[in-house]
Amino acid sequence: MANLKDLKNRISSVKSTRKITKAMQMVAAAKLRRAQEAAEAARPYAARMGAVVDSLAASVAGSESAPRLLAGTGSDNVHLLVVMTAERGLCGGFNSSIVKLARIHAQDLLAAGKTVKILTVGKKGREQLRRDLADHMVAHVDLSEVKRIGYENARGIAQDVLARFDAGEYDVATLFFNRFESVISQIPTAQQVIPAKPSDNAAEATDGGAVYDYEPSEEQILADLLPRSVATQIFTALLENSASEQGARMSAMDNATRNAGDMIDRLSIEYNRSRQAAITTELIEIISGAEAL
Amino acid sequence: MADTMQFDLVSPERMLLSTQASEVQIPGAEGEMTAMPGHSPTITTLRPGVLKVTSGGQTTEFAVTGGFAEVAPEGVTIMAERALPRAEMTSEVLKDWVAEARKSHEEAHPTVADDAAKLLSDMVAMGGHIGLD
Repeated sequence: MANLKDLKNRISSVKSTRKITKAMQMVAAAKLRRAQEAAEAARPYAARMGAVVDSLAASVAGSESAPRLLAGTGSDNVHLLVVMTAERGLCGGFNSSIVKLARIHAQDLLAAGKTVKILTVGKKGREQLRRDLADHMVAHVDLSEVKRIGYENARGIAQDVLARFDAGEYDVATLFFNRFESVISQIPTAQQVIPAKPSDNAAEATDGGAVYDYEPSEEQILADLLPRSVATQIFTALLENSASEQGARMSAMDNATRNAGDMIDRLSIEYNRSRQAAITTELIEIISGAEAL
Repeated sequence: MADTMQFDLVSPERMLLSTQASEVQIPGAEGEMTAMPGHSPTITTLRPGVLKVTSGGQTTEFAVTGGFAEVAPEGVTIMAERALPRAEMTSEVLKDWVAEARKSHEEAHPTVADDAAKLLSDMVAMGGHIGLD
């Protein structure tokens, strides 16, 4: 039987753990709200950008002068995986689920004889991927100093990604991030950004929309817009990711708080029983001592 | 014809302005252009410059750089990578922007050096226009 003092210590330590998880949950909830607002505010830009790029892409598609960002390099031998994770842990399966998706993707590509390069954003992903794919890691972006993700961060990543593309380092780039669905559900997503993939409703957009004049030419506008569109997609992914991270942390900490509560209940019962048992034993000793006289 | 149209100024981070406007002057890549209700549908890229929005007889000015404008008969949408109300455009901010443009000009690949040089000179010109240097 565990002695009473040990149990008491145990209970108080679980109680302080519960305080910490409770606090983390509340912090995550507040951050989640901000992250969601940011994601919400960025939506109009991303949506318009997507629509314009789609309609331009549809009209330039197939022509010889289509920019390489749209048409691709003509091969798909080298893949760049941009894996976005959190800088911090304690957020349930958030990091592992992205890493798992990226790893499956990388292994499929390797099995098909392609070359894989990995760019990680956020140190948790780097730590996990380094175990088995260390040879393929080409770069890492550290956002641990960043309190609030701004467009500047996305632009920095985009410039790096685009410079590598211009230098011919890879043919296809794919983003890996968690799409925010709700507090309890984040969906690991792979999204190809280079070459640009017109969305499914691109055809409708061009049919229904007015015929635009372009100033300067369509190709020039497209050449200007595609890098911006890549930056916008990265920005959207970062925002979705940070909202997902906070959501995942919030539900993970909620669970932890509940578990700690259960554990405290169990330990308290054990403590009370032990105490009672000790009293009973003592009484028996006294009574049998008295009877022996 | 309606005498106002929907005007939206959007940056990647948030929607800056959404209002009814009677006239919008856009710093287009190939020259200034003024859009009024009923303008034929046009898409143009932006150069760094001053965007003037007239709404209800009042004109609001914004410093914008990088992005594009989508003009349709019923409205104008400006997608600017950066946009600041004229009042918030201080010489420090301009200095940052110019320094960045200069840096990218210096690092620019020869094939795009012309574009970068143009961006830089536009940026400086915008500063001159606003009255900052």
